[in-house]
Amino acid sequence: MSEQKGLLERLRRGLRRTQEAFLGPLEDLLGSPRMDSGLLEELEELLITADIGVITSERILEKLRRDLGRKELSDPRRLRDYLREEIASLLGQVASREPPYPTRPWVVLFLGVNGCGKTTTIGKIAWRHRQEGKKVLLAAADTFRAAAIEQLQIWGKKAGADVVSHRPGADPSAVIFDALKAAKARQMDLLLIDTAGRLHTKRNLMEELRKVKRVIGREATEAPHEVLLVLDATMGSNSLTQAREFHQALGVTGLVLAKLDGTAKGGALIGIVDELKIPVKYLGIGEKLDDLEEFEPESFAEALLIP
Amino acid sequence: MFASLSSKLEQVFKKLRGHGRLSESNIAEALREVRLALLEADVHFLVVKSFLERVKERAVGRDVLSSLTPGQQVIKVVHEELTALMGAKAVQLSLASVPPTAIMLVGLHGSGKTTTAGKLAWLFQREGRRPLLVAADPYRPAAVDQLQALGERLQVEVHHDGTSAVEVCQNALARLRREGFDVLLADTAGRFHIDQELMEELRVIKGLLHPTEVLLVADAMTGQDAVKSASAFDAALGLTGVILTKLDGDARGGAALSIKAVTGKPIKFIGVGEKLDALEVFHPERMASRILGMGDVLTLVERMEAAIGRERAAEVEQKLREATFTLEDFKAELRQIKKMGPLDQIFSLIPGVSRLQGLPGVELEGRGLVQMEAIIDSMTVKERRNPGIIDGSRRRRIAQGSGTTVAEVNRLLKQFHQIERLMKQFLKGGKAMKMGKGMPPFPNI
Ligand SMILES: Nc1nc2c(ncn2[C@@H]2O[C@H](COP(=O)(O)OP(=O)(O)OP(=O)(O)O)[C@@H](O)[C@H]2O)c(=O)[nH]1
Ligand SMILES: [Mg+2]
Repeated sequence: MSEQKGLLERLRRGLRRTQEAFLGPLEDLLGSPRMDSGLLEELEELLITADIGVITSERILEKLRRDLGRKELSDPRRLRDYLREEIASLLGQVASREPPYPTRPWVVLFLGVNGCGKTTTIGKIAWRHRQEGKKVLLAAADTFRAAAIEQLQIWGKKAGADVVSHRPGADPSAVIFDALKAAKARQMDLLLIDTAGRLHTKRNLMEELRKVKRVIGREATEAPHEVLLVLDATMGSNSLTQAREFHQALGVTGLVLAKLDGTAKGGALIGIVDELKIPVKYLGIGEKLDDLEEFEPESFAEALLIP
Repeated sequence: MFASLSSKLEQVFKKLRGHGRLSESNIAEALREVRLALLEADVHFLVVKSFLERVKERAVGRDVLSSLTPGQQVIKVVHEELTALMGAKAVQLSLASVPPTAIMLVGLHGSGKTTTAGKLAWLFQREGRRPLLVAADPYRPAAVDQLQALGERLQVEVHHDGTSAVEVCQNALARLRREGFDVLLADTAGRFHIDQELMEELRVIKGLLHPTEVLLVADAMTGQDAVKSASAFDAALGLTGVILTKLDGDARGGAALSIKAVTGKPIKFIGVGEKLDALEVFHPERMASRILGMGDVLTLVERMEAAIGRERAAEVEQKLREATFTLEDFKAELRQIKKMGPLDQIFSLIPGVSRLQGLPGVELEGRGLVQMEAIIDSMTVKERRNPGIIDGSRRRRIAQGSGTTVAEVNRLLKQFHQIERLMKQFLKGGKAMKMGKGMPPFPNI
């Protein structure tokens, strides 16, 4: 494992590198003598800049207004703790599934819009399980995007996991069919399936995914055991629409938030978890194999509030 | 495109028009709603603030309040300010006065740089130029293969030789003149703007290539971070423009409205699909019209003429006007209409169309198309000319004859009516354009 310590530490380091001061610093807000409507407005801006979205921000602030009467909150310096707890409790309300491997192979289907980070995430998750000595197989079911298969193969090599693939343009379902067969024959613990990125608005492409899921279900009982949606932290409120559509079409069981190592905060996650009650599993914080973290509501909320 | 923002704004304006007179408080109320709509669309909050200040200043001005149609006036102000936010006029790519020209594409991970490089190569190629694609991404697994695959598809040369991004560019530069290419398109690796080392690499490459364009490729779905990353790329490199991608989804317009406003750099193109021809010139005014639900008739006219040709377009127009457009014509036009792009995209160009109910994303993708043709082929001439007579038993017969189901026949008939309606709407808008108005008409809500 790398010597870097956790998301928070990395975020702090990352942000120290940032030249610009973007947010009206929370520290400033907190130093202000009393809570007034101007302060609330600035808080709204802080939340919105973190991509929490108007509606969710409004909900959080609404609650804050109601709770303002409470004695400890009359001191604005307590605000950060308050907000952190609020956000963490919103995010932590759904427990994520227990670790895999009761069933073999444990089949995980990955979904997401174009360019969100699916393939990289799969590489990292494969590596993580390989570290624990598990047998991992990857399925290159993105047969559409140029060189997507090669990309997964390179990640497979890095992570120490074989890849089942067909030729570009092949039927994704056929790839998966073969991958499932191989995973069973070779007694794999885990089968991770990469799919082509697609916008959630493309009906025919969403239908294709449903078909893929049906094929998996036919070939292995109760599979896919997990359907993970990968979201891009730099995206704004569109993430919520993405999550809604993918969830409705495929029943998402967990979320991964990628690209958190930039300056975006990924606050859209709050609205998603709150509305759809899907647990967050991992955070992607870089391009290397070990740049993946288990999700932790408290530290995510804390990082969200670092100006 | 931007449908959600669009429908919210339409609601606000509908209310505004409802008032005979406008008071300052009516306007304030409307602007509060505009603010919410913009924030929900991910427009950066500072941009929203200054936008509203400008609109307010102009809208509570005397001539608006005292005008006979104050609601209309406010909308006009919003339209103008939205246009101004996005840059007033379309801005062309600038090419070197003496070729070859170098163009650099930069941006965050997965924003669409490689695909866009392919799309630009296609564009140049179509203009009769010889582009050279340069794979300056030695980092991301298979990034070079990806560009090569696109190059193969387009039959455009791809350069990838070199041990580092800088060296790849150096070598490409040497080849450029030697082999007589006119345009070098450098596809760089995705990176975060806070990665000093990689940003420095871009500066070195820029120093080498002396590009006429350094284009930021940004995902239209980007949230509040859009202005942060765009400003940082601009500060480090001096951008010349922006290409927004993935506008074929339901992006709400935040990045489009914020990036130009904050960096002052024009949006030059928009990506509207994964295919290599899915790149459009960005017209700020047309986009403002789309956002305000006024449609975009100019783009529609262009697409229609490109797809079916001027003459055939006139013929269809005539038939529609005389209400003699039949399923036969429909079948003849099917493939052509498909060339205009996905139907939901076409619909969004039509003035006021967001108010039309029940326009599901009609899909004319591969199998569907063949099926539709089969259904029409199974109809009698009489049925094709007069679809009104197709009752239940005829529908069953047609379904059987075409190997489809009654539901599918029903769907086709519905789609025919939609397209008929679409064409009629289009003609209405088109006429208004021909009457010489500079702007598509405001929908009368
Ligand atoms: N729907 C749609 N997809 C697009 C568009 N432009 C690019 N894409 C897709 O977005 C994904 C990422 O595009 P790439 O071109 O690989 O992006 P990139 O910026 O080169 O990515 P990296 O090199 O990994 O940083 C691919 O799946 C593309 O097919 C667009 O306008 N619309
Ligand atoms: Mg690329």
